[in-house]
Amino acid sequence: MNNLLFDFTVDKATNTVLVIREFAAEHPLVWDAFTKQEILDQWWAPLPWKSKTKNMTFEVGGRRFYAMVSPEGEEHWAIQDFTSISPKDNFQFKDAFADKEENINEQMPSAKWNLDFAENTGITTVKISIKHEKLADLEMHIQMGFKEGFTMTLNELDNLLSSLKK
Amino acid sequence: MRRDIFQAVADPTRRAIIVLIAVQAMTPNAIAEHFDTTRQAISKHLRILTECELVKQNQQGREIYYSLEIDKMKEIEKWLEQFKKIWETKFNQLDKVLLTIKKQEK
Repeated sequence: MNNLLFDFTVDKATNTVLVIREFAAEHPLVWDAFTKQEILDQWWAPLPWKSKTKNMTFEVGGRRFYAMVSPEGEEHWAIQDFTSISPKDNFQFKDAFADKEENINEQMPSAKWNLDFAENTGITTVKISIKHEKLADLEMHIQMGFKEGFTMTLNELDNLLSSLKK
Repeated sequence: MRRDIFQAVADPTRRAIIVLIAVQAMTPNAIAEHFDTTRQAISKHLRILTECELVKQNQQGREIYYSLEIDKMKEIEKWLEQFKKIWETKFNQLDKVLLTIKKQEK
């Protein structure tokens, strides 16, 4: 299963992270997985964190307001403001950190996301570019959202996932 | 104000200095020759790099040589690696979600 392409590069000169990944699913399904809150919430947070979308209007000028929730119940709220949507091919948004009342935290960094989707015989490639104003902003994103998310070993992660499927 | 490696690499001139002195230790004058900027500007960059503990100084006679702290640079790679791991984790989760949905549709 895991011969699917995964490419991760950081262009330090333009403060941009480029993530490319293939998925063994057809284009419309992968598009839905990135744009529908009920599917997004199943994978957007790295376990053991959980993604909880409070509201989402997927249209230009619309917004996704969601939280990353830790196992202890700690919540990190964030916002995605959709700036451009070309159904099934591309969408763009600007992210921001917020409080639970949906007030944007202007002190925290914001990044511009661009997502491209393309299918080739059952394999859908997603290209994500995340442009930060400063390289240091990237560090802040790591610290804020996912403090402990990746400390679990992959074995534990697999166990969790297979129990979720039952 | 706290200085850290992220500030150090935030500036294009400082990144160029890092590349230069990664190869060999250099004096401020030798470094300045590579840039269309004043010796003072280079000194300021070197001061910031020193405060970030990304370069070390070595006195040889009258000259001060600047060289790179390689271990410190590795910190940058380390946190980028963390960011990569987060995406790996998320995408592995998405693989399973997609698989589940595909099964349900059949």
